[in-house]
Amino acid sequence: MGCGNQRHSSVIGPLFALVDCNNFYVSCERVFNPKLHRRPVVVLSNNDGCVVARSEEAKALGIPMGIPYFRVRELLEDHQAAVLSSNYTLYADMSNRVMQTLATFTPSFEIYSIDEAFLSLQGLSGDPLTIGRRIRRTVLQWTGIPVSVGIAPTKTLAKIANHWAKNHPDLEGVFDISRTECLPSILEQIDIEKVWGIGRRLSEKLRPLGIRTAWHLAQANAGWIQKRFSVSAARTVLELRGQVCFRLEESPEVNQNIMVSRSFGQPVRTIEHLQEAVSTYLSRAAEKLRQQKLCAQILTVFARNSPFGSAPFCCPSASFIFETATQSTLEMMKAAQTLLPRVYRPNIAFHKAGVLLSGLVPADKVQPNLFDNVSVRRRDNRLMQVLDRLNAARKQVFFASEGIRQPWRTSFRCKSPAFTTRWSDLPIVS
Amino acid sequence: MAVIKSIHRIRRSKRAFPVFTARIRAGFPSPAADYEENKLDLNQYLIKNPPATFFVRVSGDSMEGAGIHDGDLLVVDRSLEPRSGSVVIAVINGELTVKRLRIRRGKPVLEPENSKYPVQEIKKETEFEVWGVVTNVIHPL
Repeated sequence: MGCGNQRHSSVIGPLFALVDCNNFYVSCERVFNPKLHRRPVVVLSNNDGCVVARSEEAKALGIPMGIPYFRVRELLEDHQAAVLSSNYTLYADMSNRVMQTLATFTPSFEIYSIDEAFLSLQGLSGDPLTIGRRIRRTVLQWTGIPVSVGIAPTKTLAKIANHWAKNHPDLEGVFDISRTECLPSILEQIDIEKVWGIGRRLSEKLRPLGIRTAWHLAQANAGWIQKRFSVSAARTVLELRGQVCFRLEESPEVNQNIMVSRSFGQPVRTIEHLQEAVSTYLSRAAEKLRQQKLCAQILTVFARNSPFGSAPFCCPSASFIFETATQSTLEMMKAAQTLLPRVYRPNIAFHKAGVLLSGLVPADKVQPNLFDNVSVRRRDNRLMQVLDRLNAARKQVFFASEGIRQPWRTSFRCKSPAFTTRWSDLPIVS
Repeated sequence: MAVIKSIHRIRRSKRAFPVFTARIRAGFPSPAADYEENKLDLNQYLIKNPPATFFVRVSGDSMEGAGIHDGDLLVVDRSLEPRSGSVVIAVINGELTVKRLRIRRGKPVLEPENSKYPVQEIKKETEFEVWGVVTNVIHPL
């Protein structure tokens, strides 16, 4: 028999469903512009930089995720693809609607990202597969967004089930991995890098050891994996075997660092403008850091010119190591000031800059330094709390160093000629 | 023909809270406080299922007979099942349009409410889909 779905009915035991929106940004656009159906559609990142979402038709043209737009522009034009710049306001609203819809199925669910949520099916009555299909149908009808549903006893397997559902059209978007007899053969087909929480770096270390697929990892000795790699990786091994290690709101460690970087709307040549941009990105990165209740040990500032221009490519960077890991924007801004002269070069037209926070530790596990000024730290923390509250909904307060006019700012109005022609290509919902 | 001009997303209204006008002194609670009720919220009245409800704006006069005029705002609930007689937003050949849906001999038909416009039959090759069911018209006088 094939690796299909089998039905089963009763009160459901511990079981997770991962609901993932298909090509989310493209799907959002299609809800309001039906002409985008059945043709290739891509959504670009800020400033027309890179492809951040692709419709199935665009994937079939061989357009990879994250590719710079100009590299695929001709290909897209040849196939009369619709090219849209991203509309995050719309995507956030549609995401809310999807999540609100999911909340009508079970109160225990976790919003994992803008387009993914884990639902606990435990305690619901009926057949998990039928429930999965109802979830898919309801979300599609209420919001217009197609989703895939992966059902499994653990979150890690639910991720795999979802991946399987997406890649096997005969399953119609819903797959219950807990009822299949083909689990080993499915895991054998999942590349190790695709396993939730493993990522590229760890998979590069695992492959030489013969662990190339999810199946290999499931067979590995968890204790050995823990000793050799991390507790988190060992928990992933157990999860692949169906043993719950990650509950709702728990995830394997994936966030090794926080990066905020943007391409400029126009090239930056002065150190003042570069500093404004770096301050702005830093202030955003620090905010993200505090949201995740983390502190950073290392701050890296980098800037680069266009890799495709006539001038030789250069990407200077400089790092600062804090004696005590911090989450204070003030402290990081001071550090960034000292790094900037090491990054800035006259005669270079900077095209992009960014900040990277690494050496992340949970805020409550920071090792204080012997000479740390505790009262300053406490004062800073209070200030940051106030700042975050003020800026929670909309940025209202900013540091003077972020600049006011910000001429370097990423332009949201797309200027690339192909993009403008596409706008006229897209019929107004009239 | 009436067509949809634009689609608005709904902003969740700030909940209106009743204002307590009576000063409360220790020991003497206002006798009116017990009778406070929620403020009337139009969102609550017009929107039964927020995640599935969208606003659209009308352009054209094809639905005048149904009290839907050029420039009106429509409240559309996608979670309702369309029936014969429902006013719906339909996708027809890539366009969004507002019409009355009829089922005739098992086949859907889109009826305008203005004799100037023809009834649209849905042929097999027509791309057709009901986008949502219109529940209310907001028409300024």
